[in-house]
Amino acid sequence: MASEPVEEYISDIGPPHYEKFLPPVIKNNYGKWAYHEVLKPGVLVHVAESGDKIYTVRVGSPRLLSIYTIRELCDIADKYCDGYLRFTSRNNIEFLLTDESKIDPLIEEVEKLGFPVGGTWDATKAKYALSNIVHTQGWIHCHTPAIDASGPVKALMDALFDHFKNMDLPGLCRISLACCLNMCGAVHASDISLVGIHRTPPMVDDDVVRRTCELPSTVAGCPTGALRPDMKNKTIKVDKEKCMYCGNCYTMCPGMPLFDPENGGVAILAGGKLSDARSPARLSKVVVPYLPNNPPRWPEVVDTVKAILEAWAAEAKPHERIAEWIDRIGWEKFFEKTGIEFKVQLIDDFRQPRHTFRTTTQFRW
Amino acid sequence: MSDEEFPLLSELKKGPWPSFVKEIEKTAEKKPEMKDLLKQLERSYEDKITYWKHGGIVSVKGYGGGVIGRYSFLAKECPGVAEFHTMRVNQPAGWFYTSDALRTICDIWEKYGSGLTNMHGSTGDIILLGTTTQNLQPCFNELAKNGWDLGGSGSALRTPSACVGPARCEFALIDTLELCYDLTITYQDELHRPMWPYKFKFKIAGCPNDCVAAKARSDFAIVGTWKDEIKINQEEVKKYAEAGVDIKTQVVDNCPTKCIEYDEEKKELKIDNSNCVRCMHCINVLPKALKPGDERGAVILMGGKAPILEGPVMGWVVVPFIKAEKPFDEIKELAEAVWDFWDENGKFRERLAELIERVGMMRFLEAIGVEPDPRMIKEPRANPFYFWREEDLKERTNPWEIWRRAESE
Ligand code: HEM
Ligand code: HEM
Ligand code: SF4
Ligand code: SF4
Ligand code: SF4
Ligand code: SF4
Repeated sequence: MASEPVEEYISDIGPPHYEKFLPPVIKNNYGKWAYHEVLKPGVLVHVAESGDKIYTVRVGSPRLLSIYTIRELCDIADKYCDGYLRFTSRNNIEFLLTDESKIDPLIEEVEKLGFPVGGTWDATKAKYALSNIVHTQGWIHCHTPAIDASGPVKALMDALFDHFKNMDLPGLCRISLACCLNMCGAVHASDISLVGIHRTPPMVDDDVVRRTCELPSTVAGCPTGALRPDMKNKTIKVDKEKCMYCGNCYTMCPGMPLFDPENGGVAILAGGKLSDARSPARLSKVVVPYLPNNPPRWPEVVDTVKAILEAWAAEAKPHERIAEWIDRIGWEKFFEKTGIEFKVQLIDDFRQPRHTFRTTTQFRW
Repeated sequence: MSDEEFPLLSELKKGPWPSFVKEIEKTAEKKPEMKDLLKQLERSYEDKITYWKHGGIVSVKGYGGGVIGRYSFLAKECPGVAEFHTMRVNQPAGWFYTSDALRTICDIWEKYGSGLTNMHGSTGDIILLGTTTQNLQPCFNELAKNGWDLGGSGSALRTPSACVGPARCEFALIDTLELCYDLTITYQDELHRPMWPYKFKFKIAGCPNDCVAAKARSDFAIVGTWKDEIKINQEEVKKYAEAGVDIKTQVVDNCPTKCIEYDEEKKELKIDNSNCVRCMHCINVLPKALKPGDERGAVILMGGKAPILEGPVMGWVVVPFIKAEKPFDEIKELAEAVWDFWDENGKFRERLAELIERVGMMRFLEAIGVEPDPRMIKEPRANPFYFWREEDLKERTNPWEIWRRAESE
């Protein structure tokens, strides 16, 4: 034992340098791409100034992948792509090829595995497919979700599958889901966002609070001042009238969960965008204050998202995203055309609502 | 796995989109303890509540983050997931891999973990989902031996991430991958050892299309842009027109500032660059014909964040144009100035946007040494409630003195 050599402790090395993983054609043409074209849904070709080409086959993924599936994807990459593949910012898988003749066999093989090819858009032709839904952990791993994440996303992508496969939408549409207001993944600037919300205040367990919580920082963490320390009993009191169910207190203190299976649910936001193409990037706005949390397939959520998407797709001009469509038709027509009921909760009454109130007599009827 | 055992989850095996339930099942076939994840998840589906406990601080030697500790409320019923910690592994910039590299990670995760991953987490890391406390250190050691490291968590720098950039996008105006790698390596200490009031994020997009959502989700978004004129290849414009692209409605009508004109007869485009806001639309639609200019750099937008606590923020322009060339000194100096200010003034769990709002953008700009520019605002303020400082003013005269002098005259 004593004579065993002490291994040096390796840490702080950072990630491997990306260059180790770039296909040779990318290394040779790094920063020198001239243009790209969409050959068919899910298949791109990028052409370099040198004339070199790289083909990309984009594949939808549930994000939650087993190592056994990853190995199967690696086998495909070895067979068709000299082992090169990447993932996108929306959790799609991209196979990178140099031999055009291998595209179709690759597609056949990856679809046989159960992974669909699609999610691309052709800006020149104004034909857009739906990309993958970015989402968070939910009941698979997190301790604060109001809803599951992977489940609603699966149900939605099943329902919107044809839009992933075919470039049949007039503009880009980004859908994102977060299972609580922490919004890991920042879904608050998407064309359609789904957010898990709690609707009842924290349930304080005095004993757990006493054992595990720091009172001053928990109290200070409440954005609405709904919490008061109860120094005598070393616990926390909640002013239910002031609570807006953000869950920050639970993040700070395990003794005050907000969970309520029958009252938790989903809020739907729309009209955000991140790209500055045409109109400026902006945050999404709440259009449905609450839908029930209804596993395993969340039918109310699926129907509402479909209603928004289909109403927009039927009417939008080429390239026009949901935000820009609303700019053109007005919010009053958005609610009319999507069939979504305008509820009083959609009128802001939080911090600085004045910017959202209309100050002109210009209306549409 | 029989579907009768997990009737609710089995509903999510149906339908054309790939099923995450099947992925968990695949791990359970090889690792019997993973059946307990299905069991726990089915219970969550029945009871509509999470069964994961709050927190639990676990890490590896020398680090204060990179692992999300997780324990189950159903430890008795589902002992296989009683401890189910996540390791965040720092992804290579741009998420490029070789199959060899991925297989190495799979092999290590087969040995030490659940076999389940997220490719990728929303910050960008490879998420290795589910292992025991005991396995964390040996798993980390083996990852490190193979050239992999953990990403950030807690009140630390979070793993920077970047769009595909110059590796495979003709629109990239800055080297997103190199910048991402460089920042990650330069700030390893800040990444692994939480020491700030709260988290801090860098995200890097090569152009204003912002394919990594940098503006919305990073305290310090770096977005490529250019200053000089869009380059037009009129030959290619003609080819697009001849191929049937309706340039008037597709491009001209969509230009936000109406600074682009199309001559239907000559099939030529003309741009008034002094009025172009570099939105990318025309370039997106006609990539062969239009290219951004050569004077390239980045916009820095600060404060982007999700709604907790004071509402969501889309990053605010703080530096309209900064050089973004290796070794990226200008960007690093700016980030470090922000951190100095944050260290001194930030409150516990206050994100940068909230700090800026609390102390005022004016004071923030002064502290980090940035000159005001109309590109920072949508419009000037509609109130004159600003705070002057002594150095802005002449010496003060006391009105009482003036009046009393007048009275006594
Ligand atoms: C107050 C705000 C937030 C809190 C308290 C919070 C808390 C958490 C917690 C507890 C987890 C662990 C989930 C698990 O068990 O795996 C998590 C996951 C994660 N969070 Fe957050 N989060 C916050 C905001 C954000 C934001 C705004 C982002 C990104 C822009 C983010 C990025 C992530 C990522 C990448 C993960 C890993 C897994 C995933 O992709 O879902 N978080 N967060
Ligand atoms: C036409 C050339 C473009 C190229 C080559 C390009 C490249 C990419 C790539 C490779 C991705 C990751 C793809 C995926 O995950 O499915 C992506 C995502 C994205 N792109 Fe682009 N992009 C282009 C134009 C645009 C335009 C015109 C917009 C907006 C108008 C845009 C906005 C986005 C957004 C918002 C994302 C997803 C970011 C996220 O939420 O994670 N891109 N883009
Ligand atoms: S969004 Fe909320 S519930 Fe979902 S993973 Fe993030 S912190 Fe957890
Ligand atoms: S949920 Fe939010 S608003 Fe309600 S008491 Fe907790 S911190 Fe305050
Ligand atoms: S942000 Fe711009 S440079 Fe980066 S991938 Fe998107 S279009 Fe290309
Ligand atoms: S980049 Fe945008 S603003 Fe500039 S000419 Fe093109 S469409 Fe118009």
